[in-house]
Amino acid sequence: MLKYLLEKEFKQLMRNPFMPKLIMFFPLMAMLLFPWAATMTIKNVNIAIVDNSHSTVSQQLTEKIISTGYFKPASFPNSYDKALESVTYGKADVILEIPSDFEENLTKTGVSSIMISANSVDGTKGSLASSYLVSIVSDFATSIQESRSATIQSSMIDIKPYFKFNPGMDYKVFMIPALIVMLLTIICGFLPSLNIVSEKEVGTIEQINVTPISKLMFIAGKLIPYWIIGIIVISIAFAVAYFVYGLAPAGDILSVYLLSFIYILVVSDIGLIISNYSSTMQQAMFVMFFFILILILMSGLFTPVGSMPDWAQWIARFNPLKYFIIIMRSIYLKGSRLSDLLPEIYALLGFFAVFTTWAIASYRKRT
Amino acid sequence: MINRDNIVIRTDQLTKSFGDFTAVDHISFSVEKGEIFGFLGANGAGKTTAMRMLCGLSKPTSGEGFVAGYNIRTQARQIRKNIGYMSQKFSLYEDLKVWENIRLFGGIYGLKEDAIREKTEVLLDKLGMTQQRERLVKTLPLGWKQKLAFSVAIFHEPKIVFLDEPTGGVDPTARREFWEMIYDTADKGITVFVTTHYMDEAEYCDRVSIMVDGRIDALDTPRRLKQTFKAESMDSVFTALAETSTRQSE
Repeated sequence: MLKYLLEKEFKQLMRNPFMPKLIMFFPLMAMLLFPWAATMTIKNVNIAIVDNSHSTVSQQLTEKIISTGYFKPASFPNSYDKALESVTYGKADVILEIPSDFEENLTKTGVSSIMISANSVDGTKGSLASSYLVSIVSDFATSIQESRSATIQSSMIDIKPYFKFNPGMDYKVFMIPALIVMLLTIICGFLPSLNIVSEKEVGTIEQINVTPISKLMFIAGKLIPYWIIGIIVISIAFAVAYFVYGLAPAGDILSVYLLSFIYILVVSDIGLIISNYSSTMQQAMFVMFFFILILILMSGLFTPVGSMPDWAQWIARFNPLKYFIIIMRSIYLKGSRLSDLLPEIYALLGFFAVFTTWAIASYRKRT
Repeated sequence: MINRDNIVIRTDQLTKSFGDFTAVDHISFSVEKGEIFGFLGANGAGKTTAMRMLCGLSKPTSGEGFVAGYNIRTQARQIRKNIGYMSQKFSLYEDLKVWENIRLFGGIYGLKEDAIREKTEVLLDKLGMTQQRERLVKTLPLGWKQKLAFSVAIFHEPKIVFLDEPTGGVDPTARREFWEMIYDTADKGITVFVTTHYMDEAEYCDRVSIMVDGRIDALDTPRRLKQTFKAESMDSVFTALAETSTRQSE
């Protein structure tokens, strides 16, 4: 019986003018674009430099800042107030004010102060930009001191962090495994959420509901096609990760697949549950959108779950995405084995059991 | 009159309410095996709701109903094995081909692969649609779609087939052909339960019930109904009854 249902789903899918293209191109485009967009490296920050000193040293500092490539000179206003104005108009993101006695203090005492103000409307950009600026300035200060006195007091302790598992601290490497999870969630969540409800809208579900087909069969017939689609999607994503970004899982690719199989079923179940409760495609789409947004934001994809408030961490415990992102990052970057990830695997299996039961139970033949 | 042993549908005070609105109001009737039972009523009289309860698509609010000997409250799955249903809204898959729709429903009802193939050929031949087997259903004219939907509904040889306004919107020739199919079906011993609002079609039924505002206000053979209401045609019978309606039809 299942055979006939699957045949039907695949024929419909392949005849759809849009679906096969979506399944091929969405993962491809997403994998080519997202890693570049989801980067935390900030470049081209507009800086307003208020140089009250007009000295050789302040000139050198300015040049150094601009030569790093992180900052782009937006303006050189003659007062702090003017600089603030350019921030207000969105022309500058950071202000660096160099006091008039900058060079004098530096040559006399070796100590001088400058002021850094960052626009924190975009918090991430603001804090990253100011910390870049601080490190550039302190680097500059060290080099001046070194040239003044031959002693190397200031650099007696040299801290060089070594980032394990992602030595280059490359954001793309860190984001790609998580982006693959996001991709799977979007495709294997949205498509099934629209499926059952579209049969309700066209009316074909009536003809199915009067047949003696069991709920389990019906849901299996809906779930399996998305499972196969999911496998195609991750295979494309893995291929792009390898051929475009040179990123291959440090661990076993089979473990990645095995756990993806479970995860795809979990998200597709969520989609089917929403579809079962919805009466129009529009409704299903908005509800699914709402949940996917929450799932993604609370998954640790962009911000670590550990730094969320307690209540948010508590909610995140019920987020299957969180566990799968941990799994993907661990296997991809650390080379974890299945035995290292037992709590996450149990969590995924738990979600699978609960959501599948729910999907079957929420399909009602009778209203 | 009615042979008690031969009853395939029986309802007792069957009722369905949606909030304050009573769509089907304590209806009781029986249908005999092999009958063509016409279920008439104006739009909004409750025909479709009553039929959906009998098909196990809608839960009754109160009252009892038995279809093919099974209770509609507790044995919906048994009922589904024994009935065929053709809904008011065309509900075959438009993006599947003619033979694919037949195959899908044959498979769902548990027919064997070989049986499906054989029966499909016979059916297409009888419908005169052998040339159309590879056509997507959405490209067929409405009359053909209806005939196909009816054929799919009885493909698994059910005891009873429910047809909800099967001839809505098709031309007179197609309607006459459709009614020929209904007669053939009844001849095979399949009970036909059909709703319609074409009064000339009511004349073709063995017995007719007329629903007004959720109640069954009249139930008899067309001939006797005309006598009772001293009317020339079923149309006049229907008009006389429909005038008593207090419900706003959509």
